[in-house]
Amino acid sequence: MAARRSRIPATKYPVERFTLDNGLRVVLTPDRSAPVIGVAVVYDVGIRSEPEGRTGFAHLFEHLMFQGSENLEKLAHFRHVQGAGGTFNGSTHLDYTDYFETLPSNALERALFLEADRMRGPRLTEENLRNQVDVVKEEIRVNVLNRPYGGFPWLTLPPVMFDTFPNAHDGYGSFDDLESATVADAADFFRRYYASGNAVLAVSGDIDVAEATELVNRHFGDVPARPAPVRPDFTEPDLTAERRTSYTDALAPLPAVAGAWRVPDPVTDFAGYLPYVVLAEVLTDGDASRLVERLVQRDRTVTSLGGYLGFMGDPFDVRDPTALLLQAHLPPGGDVDKVLRTIDEELDRLASDGLTDGELARTQARMATHLLRDTDAVLGRALRMAVLEQQRGEPGLLNELPRLVGEVTEEQVRAAAATLRPERRAAIEVIAGGAR
Amino acid sequence: MSPATATTAPTGPRTLPPLGPTRKLKVPKQAERTLRNGLTVIAVRRPAVPLVELRLWVPFGRVHLARGAMLSQTMLSGTESMTSVQIAAELQKVGGGLSAGVDPDRLMLSGAGLVTGLDRMLELLAEVLTSASYPSDEVSTERDRLVDRIQVAQSQPAHLAREALLKRVYGRHPYATQTPEPGQIRAVRPAALRTLHSERVHPAGAQLVLVGDVQPEKALDAAERALGGWAGAGRTAELPATPPLEPGPLLLVDRPGSVQSSLRIALPAVSRTDPDHAPLQLANLIFGGYFSSRWVENIREDKGYTYGPHSGIEHSVAGSVLVAAAEVATEVTGPALLETTYELGRLASLPPKPEELEQARQYALGTLQLGMSTQAGLAALTSAYAGNGLRLDFLAEYAARLAKASIDDVAQAAARYLAPARAAIVVLGDAERITPGLAALTTVHTEPVS
Repeated sequence: MAARRSRIPATKYPVERFTLDNGLRVVLTPDRSAPVIGVAVVYDVGIRSEPEGRTGFAHLFEHLMFQGSENLEKLAHFRHVQGAGGTFNGSTHLDYTDYFETLPSNALERALFLEADRMRGPRLTEENLRNQVDVVKEEIRVNVLNRPYGGFPWLTLPPVMFDTFPNAHDGYGSFDDLESATVADAADFFRRYYASGNAVLAVSGDIDVAEATELVNRHFGDVPARPAPVRPDFTEPDLTAERRTSYTDALAPLPAVAGAWRVPDPVTDFAGYLPYVVLAEVLTDGDASRLVERLVQRDRTVTSLGGYLGFMGDPFDVRDPTALLLQAHLPPGGDVDKVLRTIDEELDRLASDGLTDGELARTQARMATHLLRDTDAVLGRALRMAVLEQQRGEPGLLNELPRLVGEVTEEQVRAAAATLRPERRAAIEVIAGGAR
Repeated sequence: MSPATATTAPTGPRTLPPLGPTRKLKVPKQAERTLRNGLTVIAVRRPAVPLVELRLWVPFGRVHLARGAMLSQTMLSGTESMTSVQIAAELQKVGGGLSAGVDPDRLMLSGAGLVTGLDRMLELLAEVLTSASYPSDEVSTERDRLVDRIQVAQSQPAHLAREALLKRVYGRHPYATQTPEPGQIRAVRPAALRTLHSERVHPAGAQLVLVGDVQPEKALDAAERALGGWAGAGRTAELPATPPLEPGPLLLVDRPGSVQSSLRIALPAVSRTDPDHAPLQLANLIFGGYFSSRWVENIREDKGYTYGPHSGIEHSVAGSVLVAAAEVATEVTGPALLETTYELGRLASLPPKPEELEQARQYALGTLQLGMSTQAGLAALTSAYAGNGLRLDFLAEYAARLAKASIDDVAQAAARYLAPARAAIVVLGDAERITPGLAALTTVHTEPVS
């Protein structure tokens, strides 16, 4: 049966960009189909920028940004967002930290006020710091220490793959480092990284561009100008010999494994990077994908399998160095070596025999659905555009992604598969310590 | 870039800008048709992206636990004419996917895809509904996978706490156990799945929801074309009403070595259509239902006992319950329960402040708007409503009830439903370390972890 190719649709979200005198970059993307807005502020600082001896600090600082600011008491931020009918959060990534709200559109000015106020200065007090160190420790307990497979593989694989502190350390942080953090550290971190010139503001949804521009100027225009710090080079050489390690997870009932290979620079070599994004889906997206069919359905050597780019799972928000990851959970007594060998074999087969009729087109159609579904939410749009502006100066790329993914060719996917050699791989095995 | 000196901030405090005028809740365009086979189809238009969301709710109460779980795990594993890989590949071609899940109320098939593929997705859905074949090989693979998944779930404190809470709340009701034991799964054979499918996967009483970039009438026509031939009228089963919540000693589930305790509190609640529902929802928000609640401000932002405490009303077909949940540090388990009981008791015995109520009200109304602003959100909401006999226009009625609930209404609801004397409490944690702190506050009954 000849593969009929689904036409890959695109979005046409309009994009307005400008930069304030203080260096703050702004992206507006109006869409009046529902009376809601998404507001995102992204700072160009993440886990990789943490000072040595201060593991977990970028994330701890994210918490401190919610603890009051120049004109707002502790708790006021939460109350004002939710009291306007909105929701909020923030998150810390390898290369950025974001703060965001989704609100009914009548709260636009309020949201801008709140974000501008903390950009001018959060309330960094000893009491708030100690309180949030406690909260972060509970967050680490719930997500890592008290849970099977906690931190696997996003915290456990980077130290196998990388050697330098920025790339290899634990982004959640050690309790010792967290407890020894000081208000002075926080003030210094704010002054250095939370500069207007190091930030992007994006607003999406039910806005009028002229009115929103005026409001952005009114609230952010007098945020004191501070330039962006120079971002260090985090580059590390590629692996030339396989690296393998393992650890016992006392709570995990079954074995698991993750392997990763370095990929081209997502920003400076986007064309070289995209085939890997598609490859990850060809390998793992659903029952018709290569590795699920082989490892789950046929060999039954794994019970679940995932593949993605970037340690946090989003291919379009990381900078170099990053990786293509595959992770699998195994049945009781499962053989990790065998799983890795089969993956090598399937990668070889893909590289030498190519794809089957229609395999690429259907994978691309499904990737388009995922991309479009993410942007259907106003906040999905604002966040992605903010990061695309920050890392590439190209927020409108969001509209282009489904098409660009659709243009990746079979040859490119084969060539990408051919580079995923065992000698370039870092892998980590979870030994089930909780088996019963 | 301007020098820093040119942009000094004005002196004096800045004031929070007021909100603009509220936009009225607008329920989107929809259409509905009940097919001759008894299937109700509801189509809602939201054209923001060229996709369509699909949710099929099949009533599935009182189904054998292990067989039900296995049916949802294997339903997409093959039909008379297609293998599991072919089904997945055909769906992928139109950017689509389908997945199946069960709970004590329903079997749910969900998916999304490019709107140009709607007809094809519906055809494939019909293929699975009318001729799923439960091939032995695939059933055997999926059986092992499900057993492994249950084992992993049983190592998660949140899952174990949930299991203990359900047993404690529901007693002998079918809702009491929602996860089958591995041994029960291993006993399920393909023949049992085919029988269960023919008995219970039928269109009568089922609801299909389609939301997306499609004219509602056209979506109904497409559904009728694809699913009009889905026949069969097997058994239906009504669930008995859930039993009233019985207060009693705190149930402590011992999980030695835990570095945190999982605190779970069940309180009575009412269905969405009950006149008490809107005031109770507001009382719940003020207590612990959102971040700006008394509970979060107390045990997280003031005391640092926990990362993410939350309370919410869970609606099931046979009854509703309010559940408050927090993972707290082992050494402060007693104090965390003390503060929790204090906040429940305070709200149950003293009326909330007007500004607290207004803030909770705005949040409740605003998040209705947010929930409707994506295709996936609308599909989830429409389907949850339809499964409970409601339609989207109930949103407007609910918004009106939220808007008019007074302080007295909320105080009465809090007294009636949130009083700590009415609570059933379960704590999962290291009994040796946390028993003394808990026993100082209430009677404790301890059981080993299952």
